[in-house]
Amino acid sequence: MRTVNLESQKNGTMSKAKEKSAKKRVVEEDDDQLPIFDKDVTEKKAGEEDDADLSDSEESVFSGLEDSGSDSHDEEEDAEEGDDEDDDDAVILDEILTKSSGVETATEPPATDKNTPTVNMGVLFLLQKQYSRVQNVKTAPKQKRKMKKGEGVAMDDGGEKGLINTRHGDEYEHDTSDEEDIRNTVGNIPMEWYQDYPHIGYNLDGKKIFKPIRNKDELDEFLDKMENPDYWRTVHDKTTASDIRLSDEQVDLVHRLQKGQFGDVNFNEYEPSVDFFTNEVMIHPVTNRPQDKRSFIPSLIEKEKVSKLVHAIKMGWIKPRKPKETTPQYYDLWAKEDPNAILGRHKMHVPAPKMRLPGHEESYNPPPEYLLTEEERMAWEQQDAEDRKLPFLPQKHSCLRAVPAFSRFIHERFERCLDLYLCPRQRKMRVNVNPEDLIPKLPKPKDLQPFPTTMSLVYIGHSSLVRSISASPTGQWLVSGSDDCTVRFWEVNTGRCMKTLEVGGAVKSVAWNPNPAVCLVAVCFESTVLLLNPGLGDRLVVSSTDQLITSYEPPEEDKEQAVTWALSEGPEHDNGHRLTLTHPKAVKQVVWHGKGDYLASVMPDNSSNLQVLIHQVSKRRTQNPFRKNKGLVQCVSFHPLRPYFFVATQRYVRVYNLIKQELTKKLMTNCKWISSMAIHPGGDNLICGSYDCRLAWFDLDLSTKPYKMLRHHKKALRGVAYHKHYPLFASGADDGSVIICHGMVYNDLLQNPLIVPVKVLKGHQITHDLGVLDVTFHPTQPWVFSSGADATIRLFT
Amino acid sequence: MGGLQKKKYERGSATNYITRNKARKKLQLSLADFRRLCILKGIYPHEPKHKKKVNKGSTAPRTFYLFKDIRFLLHEPIVRKFREYKVFVRKLRKAYGKAEWTGVERLRDNKPGYKLDHIIKERYPTFIDALRDIDDALSMCFLFSTFARTGKCHVQTITLCRRLTVEWMNYVVTSRSLRKVFLSIKGIYYQAEVLGQLITWLVPYQFAHDHPTDVDYRVMATFTEMYTTLFGFINFRLYQTLNLVYPPKLDSKAESELKAEHEEDYAMDSESYLEKLSALSASLARVVATAEEEENQLDLFPTEGEDQENMQAREKEQKEQEAQKRLFEGLKFFLNREVPRESLAFILRCFGAEVSWDKSLCIGGTYEVTDETITHQIVDRPDMDKQYINRYYIQPQWVFDSVNAQMRLPVEDYFLGTTLPPHLSPFVEEKDGDYVPPEKLKLMALQRGEKPVQEDDEEEEEEDDEEEEEEDEEEDDVDDEELTEEKNLKKMEGTRAQGKTLAVKVTPGKVKPWETGSVGNKVRLEQEEKAEEKRLAIMMMKKKEKYLYDKIMFGKKRTTREVNKLTAKRKAHEDASKAQKKQKKAKKQ
Repeated sequence: MRTVNLESQKNGTMSKAKEKSAKKRVVEEDDDQLPIFDKDVTEKKAGEEDDADLSDSEESVFSGLEDSGSDSHDEEEDAEEGDDEDDDDAVILDEILTKSSGVETATEPPATDKNTPTVNMGVLFLLQKQYSRVQNVKTAPKQKRKMKKGEGVAMDDGGEKGLINTRHGDEYEHDTSDEEDIRNTVGNIPMEWYQDYPHIGYNLDGKKIFKPIRNKDELDEFLDKMENPDYWRTVHDKTTASDIRLSDEQVDLVHRLQKGQFGDVNFNEYEPSVDFFTNEVMIHPVTNRPQDKRSFIPSLIEKEKVSKLVHAIKMGWIKPRKPKETTPQYYDLWAKEDPNAILGRHKMHVPAPKMRLPGHEESYNPPPEYLLTEEERMAWEQQDAEDRKLPFLPQKHSCLRAVPAFSRFIHERFERCLDLYLCPRQRKMRVNVNPEDLIPKLPKPKDLQPFPTTMSLVYIGHSSLVRSISASPTGQWLVSGSDDCTVRFWEVNTGRCMKTLEVGGAVKSVAWNPNPAVCLVAVCFESTVLLLNPGLGDRLVVSSTDQLITSYEPPEEDKEQAVTWALSEGPEHDNGHRLTLTHPKAVKQVVWHGKGDYLASVMPDNSSNLQVLIHQVSKRRTQNPFRKNKGLVQCVSFHPLRPYFFVATQRYVRVYNLIKQELTKKLMTNCKWISSMAIHPGGDNLICGSYDCRLAWFDLDLSTKPYKMLRHHKKALRGVAYHKHYPLFASGADDGSVIICHGMVYNDLLQNPLIVPVKVLKGHQITHDLGVLDVTFHPTQPWVFSSGADATIRLFT
Repeated sequence: MGGLQKKKYERGSATNYITRNKARKKLQLSLADFRRLCILKGIYPHEPKHKKKVNKGSTAPRTFYLFKDIRFLLHEPIVRKFREYKVFVRKLRKAYGKAEWTGVERLRDNKPGYKLDHIIKERYPTFIDALRDIDDALSMCFLFSTFARTGKCHVQTITLCRRLTVEWMNYVVTSRSLRKVFLSIKGIYYQAEVLGQLITWLVPYQFAHDHPTDVDYRVMATFTEMYTTLFGFINFRLYQTLNLVYPPKLDSKAESELKAEHEEDYAMDSESYLEKLSALSASLARVVATAEEEENQLDLFPTEGEDQENMQAREKEQKEQEAQKRLFEGLKFFLNREVPRESLAFILRCFGAEVSWDKSLCIGGTYEVTDETITHQIVDRPDMDKQYINRYYIQPQWVFDSVNAQMRLPVEDYFLGTTLPPHLSPFVEEKDGDYVPPEKLKLMALQRGEKPVQEDDEEEEEEDDEEEEEEDEEEDDVDDEELTEEKNLKKMEGTRAQGKTLAVKVTPGKVKPWETGSVGNKVRLEQEEKAEEKRLAIMMMKKKEKYLYDKIMFGKKRTTREVNKLTAKRKAHEDASKAQKKQKKAKKQ
């Protein structure tokens, strides 16, 4: 590697030097700097002297030139010969150089010209070119530099050649590695082969080149390194086994090449390019060779071809191309039409609907009512194109000539096209029904009388919403409980408030004992259930009730109960309080069993099983029927005849058999939240009101799903009730209305109940978004009471 | 429970439908080619009943084609032509790229084309099917024939469309099958009854089109390609049914007449021929030269009862139609240059009139303005300098209205420079409950043969304004209180102007019927009861039926609302115009 580098550098330096000298020659300066490599020069001189015969080598010189020009010379093939030749070249050109050095440029052509007579045309041409190049100082260096650069890297030894190049400024003169500055003639071999010999090769005269007496060892090397200031620029030449100190120029060159720059400092790499060939078409031929004879004689082959074609045309084999038929040809396409052919491809084919026919508003001169008013026009303009009922603005033109073109005509046609091929089609059944036919045929309400139709009485007295009402079994009295912490007793027929009792909290529920032989009212507020004896009605009944309560004898063993029973005394007793049941939690509802001895109270609580308690008044006993919590209990109810117990949680109504102590049925109400429940006096039907405006009628014999869902109310239902004797039921809701329905239940099991709404009763004002809170029927008459959030109770008869 | 588990979406509706992209892949076509194929073959997407099921559980919006449709497309020979064309384009591009001009020329010469005949036959197995579907084809061809010969589509297409539409119009003229015409703001609608099919088409007004940029003309061109083929075959068949020569030729007599006049105006005979045809003034040559065909009478069969009635009705209808066909027979029209010549000539010729126009307007005019026998001259300008005394100068709307009314309307309303009566759409058929404009009522009365009374009334009204006014006031008192104030004010003004005192008058109050006695009360009660009954019954409706019922009722309510709105608007307009009239009169006085 090192050698290679060295050679190249040497070469570069030399060439550069030579080139410089050439330049100097041109500008006529002194050439004192010419020999940079003293050694080289001396040796060259020696070579020159040795190789005196100039004429002899002339032939080879030019052949060498030609070779280098063609650039096809194979260096490996004939190394020896090439070497010789190149040597010759070098010498000759050196001579030329020496001759011409110090001579003006004008004198150079003769120097080259003198060789010409002996060489052939091509070479002459080359030389002429070469000459022109030398003259053309500007362009020449570019090519030269290119070559040199290539050589510097690729070749082992190009020193001599570089020299040549520079001397003559000729790119054809350079050549491959054969043209070397050779001191050692051993060739390109590994120098280790000479390790064991005293010499390292042979010089040009065939004499041995001896190694230096003493090889530099490590110490020498070190000393050299320490002492010799030029050590860094000294390189070892293996072929001659001598050290060479690089000159400044050479070092500079090395640096430049390391940086990837051109070897020549003066080389301008950005010179404007000059066309090698002119781009202009020249009028004169390049050659003046006479035209061929064959260009004047008609071609036989062509003649043959033409005659063939002519023959084919004559025979009618080739016909002229028919002009293309551009207009379509029409004929009777349906000449053989099959009337039974199925239209289209299959039965799923949906023919495209026709375009809508225009109405009056599309006329150019429509009746005035079809024109849009200013507001309508504004609205039309602000609407989206899809939302517009009319896709255009109706306009009136006084005469036909004033009608302009419709700007969206092409659009509409295009949209129709899109509809035809892009719009999904679907067959839609158009319902053509008379709306009257849809209304179910129901028996006339008139035929289903009696039912309450008009509001007769309003019981005014409460100051807050009346949560609950209950009628006495005789139908003479009515009890109501309100949020103003009072319980009021009313006479039904007169609307007179008989009694007002203050209790210690908002009354949630009141229930009159259904047993006509007992005069007891259960009232619940907060966590207390109060049994009252209002002292109204038959004296005997009142006193017997009191007796019933006082006749209680506590049992021997006192059982732990969830509720504490307390007998009222003193002023409370005078007020009518009889028994106080203190519950552990707030009570929401109380309900009597039909016989009037049992009482159920509801304490809604999601987390415990203590939600429903059943009390027996005569024995003052309380029991919790459920062991498990099945959800938040909304309301409970006793079966009127059989020992069944209905518990409504949020979504389900569970029916328990109290004797067998098991669940018999679970009714799915399909409601979100049950608010109230009522059992038909027959015991086989049940209605559930819910907060999601629905009323579900269950036929217990039929299914656990509702027989009918009624969505009559607009708002949440609060109370539902059955009439004891008449086939009526009522529902009160937050929309302030009470709807009375005829609900006939037949004894025949095969016949489903008949449900007909008969009356919508309105009267209650809606306050705080609450309307009717409770409804209850009169026990004997077809009358209905309703209590509302407007603090009134109303009687509809 | 043995057996393989059934996989979802491998049977049922999911397999009956295919998405567009899948269909495209199955057919190995580009989107453009697929579109073209769908247009030509009349394949359209279907909306599945259960979109989610078909879409394999996804709710993404996709268009679905019937799988059968796509399978049907698989065997379409035209698909191969599409591919050939694609290859052709590729080759051509290559040849261009290499600048092989001879190659380009050769390729051009052998450009692959396709015919749509088999597709037409396949889509419309019978002629009537084709005729039923020709509406869009007609409208499209009429539109394309009005395009300029530059730019948007091939000139051949435009000329072909023009040719076909001219043929169609000639057919309609010859068969006298035009039924209704309507001047809308979009263009002119025509409705013809051809072989029992009602065919409606729309022709734009003769203006240069302002071509929109957001319209894909390739789609339109593909449609037109299909329509022209269909249209041509239909025309051929129609001409055959009338024993006319196809392509149409002018009557030899007419031809010779025309030839004499306009020989030098046209360079080529072929050019002028289409023009002559489109002039619509000459009759066409027939295959078998016969005299005017005898109108075939309906054969009478002895029938009884309802059939007889039907028969009579049919007979009457037939007669009416015949009468309509001869609506303008014997009249001689002259078209001024400012009226749309083609449409008017077409309509008038369809109903048996003779038409002519100025020689400079178009080829084919048969007589001059100076002809004394002209009965009507159609004019659309405010005034005419030189008027002939023995002809009516009427506005073009008269022709249209007369055609729609199936009778020659009185020409007074349509005279030169008068304000035209509203032009009504003949396509609207009012059901009971719909709004009927008063003009239509008037027209119906005219058709029934009643004398127009309205106008006399108006004149009278103007004569004895005073009484009218008072009557008006009374009416107003009863009808609408809103306008009374305004009325009063106006009246005050009027009286002040006239310098007369206002006559004080007390009108007897009307007693509402239900307040009078028990009879009315009963009636009212009954009504209320009925209403409540209905309300209660509605409460008991099933959910589904309730929904349907509500929808129907909503629709009904909307229509009544609209009708009310229109009536109110009309009333307001009439009141305003009346007031204006009065004001004018007051000013005069």
